[in-house]
This record gives sequence, C-alpha cells and structure tokens, in this order.
Amino acid sequence: MAMKHLKKTTKSNLITFGIVIAFYLVVQLLSMLGVMTSSFSGQLIPICAYVILAVSLNLTVGVLGELSLGHAGFMSVGAFSGTVTWMTTSQIMPSWLALLLSFVVGGAMAGLFGLIIGIPVLRLSGDYLAIVTLAFGEIIKNFMNTCYLGYDASGIHFSLKDSASMGLAADGTVLINGAMGVTGINKASTFTIGIVLVVLTLAVILNLVRSRAGRAITAIRDNEIAAQSIGIKITSYKLMAFIVSAVFAGLAGVLYSLNFSTLVAKKFDYNTSILILVFVVLGGIGNLRGSVIAAALLTVLPELLRSMNDYRMLIYAILLIVMMIFNQSPQLIAWRKQIAEKFKARKDKKGPKPEQPKGVV
Amino acid sequence: MQFLSYLINGISLGSVYALIALGYTMVYGIAKMLNFAHGDIIMIGSYVVFFTFGSFGLNPIVSILLSMVVCTVLGVTVERIAYRPLREAPSLAVLITAIGVSYLLQQVAQLVWSSNPKSFSSVVSLKPISLFGGSLVISGETIVTIAACIVIMVALMWFINNTPAGHAMLAVSEDRGAAQLMGVNVNATISLTFAIGSALAAIAGALLCSSYPTLQPTTGAMPGIKAFVAAVFGGIGSIPGAFLGGILLGVIENLSKAYISTQLSDAIVFLVLIVVLLVKPTGLLGKKINVKV
Repeated sequence: MAMKHLKKTTKSNLITFGIVIAFYLVVQLLSMLGVMTSSFSGQLIPICAYVILAVSLNLTVGVLGELSLGHAGFMSVGAFSGTVTWMTTSQIMPSWLALLLSFVVGGAMAGLFGLIIGIPVLRLSGDYLAIVTLAFGEIIKNFMNTCYLGYDASGIHFSLKDSASMGLAADGTVLINGAMGVTGINKASTFTIGIVLVVLTLAVILNLVRSRAGRAITAIRDNEIAAQSIGIKITSYKLMAFIVSAVFAGLAGVLYSLNFSTLVAKKFDYNTSILILVFVVLGGIGNLRGSVIAAALLTVLPELLRSMNDYRMLIYAILLIVMMIFNQSPQLIAWRKQIAEKFKARKDKKGPKPEQPKGVV
Repeated sequence: MQFLSYLINGISLGSVYALIALGYTMVYGIAKMLNFAHGDIIMIGSYVVFFTFGSFGLNPIVSILLSMVVCTVLGVTVERIAYRPLREAPSLAVLITAIGVSYLLQQVAQLVWSSNPKSFSSVVSLKPISLFGGSLVISGETIVTIAACIVIMVALMWFINNTPAGHAMLAVSEDRGAAQLMGVNVNATISLTFAIGSALAAIAGALLCSSYPTLQPTTGAMPGIKAFVAAVFGGIGSIPGAFLGGILLGVIENLSKAYISTQLSDAIVFLVLIVVLLVKPTGLLGKKINVKV
C-alpha cells in the first residue's frame, strides 16, 4: 500500500486532516438531508473557532512549554480589529476582499500584540509568564470595555470616557460603543471558512512543529540551558512560537465575532482562556490532534447535556486536577510502569507476546 | 485633603493586598509554586464569617477565628491532596492543577451558596474618626485593617527569624534538598506554610469584605491576582517586599480610580506588573537568583 511508504509523522498528520475533512463532509451531508438541528448548526462556527484556539494554545503550552492564560485576550484583539475592518470596508469593496482583509488585519493585530507582550515576558520563567498573560487578558478586556470608536466625514474619533466625548458629527457611525461593544454586525462567517481556517492552522502549526524551528522550540521546552549552550536563540524562538499562537487566536477571534451580530469585550475573559486551556489539557498537552477532538467534543457536548450545565465547569475543574496528578505525578508514573510490567509479565507467561500498540504523536 | 483621603483608603486596600500577598510570597518562596487557589480560600473564609457572624450573630473575633480554622484546614488539605503528589513534577503541571483547584472552589461555592451577591456586614464596630474639622474622615475598617496588617507583619517576621519552625521555613526556601539532609521535615514545613498563608487569607477576607461589602463566589479571584502582582512588585519570596508591594499597589489602584478612570484602574494595576517585570524582574526587595546548571 502507498500509505506504508509515508513517514510516520506524515501519516499522523494526514489522519488529523482526514478527521477535519470527514467532519466537514458529514456536516454537509447532514445539512443536505435536512436532519441537522438548528442548535447544532449554530455551534458549527464556534466549534471551528475553538478548535483553532485550542491548537494554537497547544503550540504555546505543549510545544513551547509555557502557560499562557491570556489566549482570550489575543482572540479579543483579533475579534475587535477584524470586526471594525469588516464594518468599515464591506460597503466599499467586494465582500470577499473585505472579509479577507478583516482576517488579515485581525491576525496581524493579534500577532503584533503577541510581539509587544512577548518581548518583556518571554525573558522570564514560567510562572511569571502565566500571570503576565493573565494580566494582559484583563487589560485588553478593561480597555475594550471603555473604548469608544467612531467615524464621520471629518475622520476617526476615539475616546476612553463615553460616546458623547468622541465628538462625533450627527451623521457619524459608532463602531465600538464601550461596554455595549460592536452592534449590527453583518454576519459573514460560514462553516466553510471555518474549516478552511482550521486546515490552515493545522497545516502551519503541524509543519512548524516538525521543522528546524519547531525542533529548536521543543529543545527549549525540554532544557533551556542545554538548548542555549548549543547556540539556539532562546528568545527569538520563544517569541516565534508565541506570535504564531497569537496570530491564530486572532484569526479565531475574527471567525467567532463575525458569526454573531453583536460583539462585547466581556465574552473574552479569564474564563474563556481557562476553557481553551481545558481543551488543551484534556486533548493532551502537546498532542495537536487531541486538541482538535477535545475542543470539538467539549463544545458540542454541553449543548446535548443541557441539564448538566450547572456542573459543567465543576467537572472540568476536577478533570484538570485529576488529569494533571495522574499524568504528571512522579509516584503515579512509577506506579503505572510497575502495573504495566506486571501485566506484561503475565501475558508473556500465557502465550506469545502481543504486538505493541503504536504510540500516537 | 481629598488626596489624603484617597491615599489612606489606598493604604487600607493595600494592607489587605499585603496580607494576601504574604500567603502567596511564603508559598512561592518555600514550595516554589504559584498557588492560584489562594484568592478562593479568601472567598471561602469570607463566607464562613458571613454565615457565623452575619447570620448567627457570633462575636466577630470568634467568627474570624473560626474562619481561620476552616481556611487552615482547607489550605492544608488542598496542599496534601492536589499539590503534594506533584512536588517533583514540572511547574506547568503544578500551575494547571492550582488553576483547577481555584476553579473547583469557585464552582463549589457557586453550587452551595449560588452566584447571587450577598451583602456582607462589617466585622468592625469602631466609630469613624474625623480629623481637621470633619474634612477628613477615616473609617473604623481602615484603621483596623492597617493596624491588623502591621501587627501580623511584625509577628510573622518574629516567627520566621526566632523560632525553630521559622528557621526550617527559611532553610527549605533556601535549598530544599540540603534542608532535608539537615533533618528538616520538608513536607511538614510546607504544610505549615500553607496553614499560615491560609489563616492570613481568612483575616484578609473578613477585612476585605468589611470595606467592600459584596460577597460572591468570584470575590476572591481578582484580589488574589492583584495580591500576586503585589508580591511580584515587592520581590517574590520576601516578606517585607509583600508588605511594601501590597501598600504601593493599593495606593496606585485607589489613586488611579480617583484621578484617571474607575474602569481602567485594573488595567493600570496590571500595567504596573508588566513595567516592574521589564525594569526590575526581581521586584523592589527581591534577591537576584543565578541559575545553575
């Protein structure tokens, strides 16, 4: 078979893409047959957005090994800049171009913020990075909550106090109205755009991880001092991973916000950052395919199990603790190895050794 | 005069941050972990005071003591169950577990006491003092908070520098392995640290909710994070640093609320953190630690 000649990683990547494309085809088939419930079809674009967020956060947490608690902040930057671009350009240019421009602006702005926040922070060790990214998310949320932006014939008006102090002419248009956010967005996201973005995210990040740069990033994660001693530029590679992660969070933000008619800053708070982290941890830290599956399942499941909604975050919290202790505790790792060896010894006695299951990457 | 009033309120808020920051800084210094759940222990402590003092009408001192006992037990239990198995694990795993614990406490509080805010009645019965012919009024809460913070600071410094348990804490924070070889019980010392930090959190919670009387499951989260900022500001691991950082942060927050913008005050506080880390990553009173291979 042709598959046999492929490298193991290529095969694994193809399986990941296969899952995404199969999901797309199944959804298209279901909607053609008209058997999709409206609550499920409403979830399709958020699913894509969360998958992109989870995969991009996994680049920071799993591949770079630093905890970022401000992923929702980058999402917010992307969402607001992309939406404002869409609102201002969709009338003056063809909509496909305006949409493309919105995504480019959203991603670029989020990447720019990733650079600004990354330069001071990435020189510091893990715990500081976590708290500063958290602080960054809060700053963005507070700032967007008090940000008023509008335009009229005389130009762009901006204020941090209230909509009146913008000094907008009577015929001006308010773009961002403080805590009320952006209203009257002409919805533009479609499921197809979402899937294209998911595939793009996976293509970029999977290739990055397997590239020379990706190997440098993993080396930094495993031992920073050793990596430095063989001449890897720690700060620039860290920054690279961080910015790529931020760019895709921004794209997900644009995708997410253009799916709704209103956009408020409150949506992108600490809880959203934690939710994305839960996807990453449950999917497996460093396992990109796991992130895709976890994000999709955990976005759909709460809709199906509405009665469990009160307990949802409680269950996530317990899962976080249990997963971490089970996977990372040195004693438990030793204990698991012991059990596995005993099990193997018994199998060996009984009969021929079974084929070893291949590890997933 | 108005400036002075803002300043004093800032110092009062800062004292609360300092009390919380003490818990963070001790745990960070000794167990080398960021206890994200510290803020939520404050919240649990405040609920205990709310029910025992507010609903059952217990004496405020007894009620705070009870809350300290509950928080101590909670803090030590959390350490025993969630953090101790991960003592040798990578810091990422510990951090995620701590976030999990923080979320767990918030969610349990929400299920048990609902997310409706409760109005907290002040535990302080001291009359406000008015100075300069009434142009400057200092509330009883402010006086008690500042006094409590100073007393606790001094007591804690004495405890660490003059008792065997305090010396053990210093030794563990310096070098865990060497301390163990010298016969220090590392696990017991870390448990003691969590116990002291959580007891202080209970006091901080009661004082915080006396000055800002709304109590809900997320009450502790923001002060907790700001107190961590205060600990970093003052130099993490340093007790006078936590005090200094807390007071400065409280003053910065109150002054920016008064003169810049109420909504942006949180953003300004966090901006302080980023600037501090840029200019002096070890904080105001922190020691520089060289990384050894």
